[in-house]
Amino acid sequence: MEHYLNLIIEAVFVENLALAFFLGMCTFLAISKKVEAALGLGLAVVVVLTVSVPVNNLIFNQVLRDGALAWAGLSDVNLSFLGLLTYIGVIAALVQILEMFLDKYVPALYAALGVFLPLITVNCAILGASLFMVERDYDFGESVAYGFGAGIGWALAIVALAGIREKLKYSDVPPGLQGLGITFITVGLMSLGFMSFSGISL
Amino acid sequence: MAEMKAKNVFFDPIFNNNPIALQILGICSALAVTTSLTVSLVMCAAVIAVMCASNVSVSLIRNHVPSNIRIIVQMTIIASLVIVVDEFLKAFAYDISRQLSVFVGLIITNCIILGRAEGFAMQQGPWLSFWDGLGNGIGYSIVLIFVATFREFFGAGALMGIQILPLASEGGWYVPNGLMLLPPSAFFLIGFFIWALRVWKPDQIEENEYEMSPHRVREAF
Repeated sequence: MEHYLNLIIEAVFVENLALAFFLGMCTFLAISKKVEAALGLGLAVVVVLTVSVPVNNLIFNQVLRDGALAWAGLSDVNLSFLGLLTYIGVIAALVQILEMFLDKYVPALYAALGVFLPLITVNCAILGASLFMVERDYDFGESVAYGFGAGIGWALAIVALAGIREKLKYSDVPPGLQGLGITFITVGLMSLGFMSFSGISL
Repeated sequence: MAEMKAKNVFFDPIFNNNPIALQILGICSALAVTTSLTVSLVMCAAVIAVMCASNVSVSLIRNHVPSNIRIIVQMTIIASLVIVVDEFLKAFAYDISRQLSVFVGLIITNCIILGRAEGFAMQQGPWLSFWDGLGNGIGYSIVLIFVATFREFFGAGALMGIQILPLASEGGWYVPNGLMLLPPSAFFLIGFFIWALRVWKPDQIEENEYEMSPHRVREAF
């Protein structure tokens, strides 16, 4: 249990997808003007990551990995070059299924997430987490923990940035820096702050 | 819009409509791979190759794809091209491919590529789309190379792996600025790049939502 908890803490603070690996930056910068919107998007990312990383982990280990098809008599088949195509397909399909499911059974959440849900397909944080899972060779349990932690970390970062930007719009910024420029510098300062978590482990 | 010239389509995205500084596209990879110049150059080449090829292919089939499945078709084209690039790098530049790690794969979700395929190649012919892909690729590369040059030069005293400033730890005089190799410096550098670009081209400045009243400010002090 401790191992999984450690993995989650590390994914949330030390290896924050947005602030340490720059993943999902486009949505991170575009949808962080209002705290409510950021919260909705963050929630959607947590859900999609918690589901998609373990599913991709199963597919990689059972089908794509070198020698994984041995049970079918194809022991020397290595399909790992199909990885990228498979992961993005799985993510797109999952987002679609999640959208239909929420629409039918949890309409309140569906309305709250709105347009952000389909946008998540092209959020590189999602694909990035799956690729990191493959590169670090997580097993199924670890990939659940990692997916959940990575999602929480990303959500935390975008909500914090949205909070800062809501105050920032009242401040007097030099003309050339207004908008995107000052946002980059703010994210840089946040990233400095998050670096102080490095080295934490349980 | 009037007839578009290949020349304008090519040069516009480089400074006037830079994909990173103005369109906010493709920022993730721009920040992550820029700790060394060699790696960034390889990344730029990969992105330019994928972007030109995907723009041309999307443009060629644009009249045959039903619009409700176009995103999936575009994603499949881009993902296949990225797999080709990835395998190519693994075969001929294995060390660099290790350093780029997951970021070659992330070209698939690089919003520049999907953004240009969706926003330009779906409406225009293959010839113009090719130039648009090349122009946007170069606009993206300029920002990457700018950031990477600063980060490697000040962070390690080297460019493309060749030592230029002698390091203090090896008997020279230059004490490297370790911050440059860490994530925050990339954010600062891009922020300053945007600032410089907008001072040079003031029409790109975004309007402030709330204007400070000059009178009030003076009173406060």
